[in-house]
Amino acid sequence: MSSDDIWILGISMTKFGKHPDLDKVDLAAQATLAALADGGVTMRDIGVVAAGTLMGMGEPIGQMVQKQVGQTGVPVYNVTNACATGATALRTVIMAIKAGEADMGLAVGVEKLAGAGLLAGGSRKEAGDTWQPRGRYGAVAPVDGRIGTEIMPGVFAQIGMEYGHRHGGTSFELFARISEKNHAHSTLNPLAAYTKRLTLAEIMDDVMIAYPNTRPMCSANCDGAAAAVLVSGAKLRTLSIEQQRRAVKVAASVLTSDPWEEGCQVLPNVNTLTRNAATQAYEQAGLGPEDLDLVELHDCFATAELVHYDNLMLCEQGGAVDFFESGAPWRDGRLPVNVSGGLQSKGHPIAATGIANVWEVCHHLRGEAGDRQIADAKVGLAHVIGLGSACGVHILERAAA
Amino acid sequence: MAEQIPLVDYLVLGDEPHLSAHECTTCGARFFDRRNACAACGATGFTTAAIATRGEVTAFTIVAFAAPGIPVPFVAAVVDCDGTSVRANLVNVDPDPDHVRLGMPVRLTTFPIGADATGTEAIGFGFEPAA
Repeated sequence: MSSDDIWILGISMTKFGKHPDLDKVDLAAQATLAALADGGVTMRDIGVVAAGTLMGMGEPIGQMVQKQVGQTGVPVYNVTNACATGATALRTVIMAIKAGEADMGLAVGVEKLAGAGLLAGGSRKEAGDTWQPRGRYGAVAPVDGRIGTEIMPGVFAQIGMEYGHRHGGTSFELFARISEKNHAHSTLNPLAAYTKRLTLAEIMDDVMIAYPNTRPMCSANCDGAAAAVLVSGAKLRTLSIEQQRRAVKVAASVLTSDPWEEGCQVLPNVNTLTRNAATQAYEQAGLGPEDLDLVELHDCFATAELVHYDNLMLCEQGGAVDFFESGAPWRDGRLPVNVSGGLQSKGHPIAATGIANVWEVCHHLRGEAGDRQIADAKVGLAHVIGLGSACGVHILERAAA
Repeated sequence: MAEQIPLVDYLVLGDEPHLSAHECTTCGARFFDRRNACAACGATGFTTAAIATRGEVTAFTIVAFAAPGIPVPFVAAVVDCDGTSVRANLVNVDPDPDHVRLGMPVRLTTFPIGADATGTEAIGFGFEPAA
C-alpha cells in the first residue's frame, strides 16, 4: 500500500428505521463506537473529526458525539451539504489526512427523520393584507404551487421526465419497475428501514405523490447514523495484518458542485455535476465503469436512479433505459445497482446516507455481506447528490491481499 | 378597472403580457431573479430581455401531494421558450398523463390570483396548450 493512499479502517451503520427511544446523539454515538470497534481503534487514535446532521439547525453534532464517546480535544468540523452531507464529512477527513494534518480520522453522519413528511415546499406563507413584492423574484405571494413545485418528489419527477423527453423510452411503468428492483433488493438487508418486496402493481397503485413518483418510489424518511474511520496508508502499515486485510482502499474521493448551465435556474441540473464527479473519480482511481462490481447511487426517487445510470457512465450516453431493460442493475445482473435496497427502501436519514452507501460497498468488498453478498466484489462506487447542488463520488477497492 | 400587480417582477403585464429576464451583457446568460453578478461569467452588467411567449414542454410532473394550503393536483413543468427554460404551471389542461405530454406546444397565459385589501389584483401566469 502506498503511503499516499487513504483507507477505510472501520465503518458502520445503525439499523435505519424508527428509533423512538434513541436521540440523534445516541444514534451517532452508536455508529461511531461500532466504527471504532470495527477498525480496532479508539477515540485516542483519532486526529480529526468531521460530522454532519442536516436538520440540526447548526448544532455542533461532532462535539455532541465526542461528549458521549471521548473528548480528546482534536479538531471537529461540522459540515452540511444537503443530501451530500455524509459524503462531505468523509471527504473532509480524507482531505485532512491527505494534507498530513492527521493520520487517522472519524466521519459521522446522523439524522432523525422518521415520520417527517415532505421535506420542502411551502417555503413562504401567505402574509399581510396588501401585495408586497419580496425576495429576488419580487413575488407578491407564495410561488410554490403557482409557479411550478418546490417539493422534492416533483423536482426529481421532472428530472426523470426531462431524460425521457431527451432520449425517449421512459414511462410511469418503467420508473415503477426501477423501484420494484430496489424494494426486492432490500429484502436481503437486515439494516434497511423497509424490507418488503412490493409488486409492480402495488407500487403503481400506491398513493401518487408527484407523477410519476408514487409513495414507494420516494426515498423513505427514517432515523439512522453511519460512521467511518479513515487512515493513511503509512499509518495502516503499522497496524495488524488483520486490520490491513479488512481495510478498504479509497481509490477516489471527489466532491463537485454544479457549473452554470442554461436551465439550471429553473430545474436543478443533477446530471452535469454527477458526470463531472464520476469522470474525475474514474481518473483518480485509474479505473472505469467496466471495472465496477457494484454501485450504490442516489435513488432519492425512482426517476433519479434512471438518470444516474447515464451520469455515472454505467451505460452509453442516452442508454439508461436500455441499461435497465437489460437487467444489468438487478443484483444478479451485469452491474448490480443499489443492492442495499437504496434510499427508497433502505431509507434516507439524510446526513447518514453518504457514509452508509460507502459502508454497503465496503461490506461487499470485505466479503461480509452475508445473504446479499455480490460474489468476489473487488471495486465499487458510492454516489450522492445534495440539491443546491453537491455531488460526492467515492470509488472503493478491496485490499490486494 | 382595478389596479394590477404581477405575481413576480419578471412577469410584464399590459397589452402583450410576457416574461422578461435579466440578460448578462457579456455572455448572454439569462436569469429570472435578481443577480449580483452573472453565474456563468461573473460580469456585473445586465440588460432586460423579453422571453418568447410560446414554447415546448420539456419536463413535467403532476403534483398530487403538496404543502398545506396548496391546491392539488396541478401540473408543474419546464417550458423551453425559444432557448430559454421557464418554470411554470401548465393550466387549462386536465392534470393527468393522458392530457399532458412531453414535447407539447404551449403558450403563455395570465390570470388573476386574488385581490388584496386595497382592491389591487395580483396576476399570475401559466402555460396552456397551443394548437
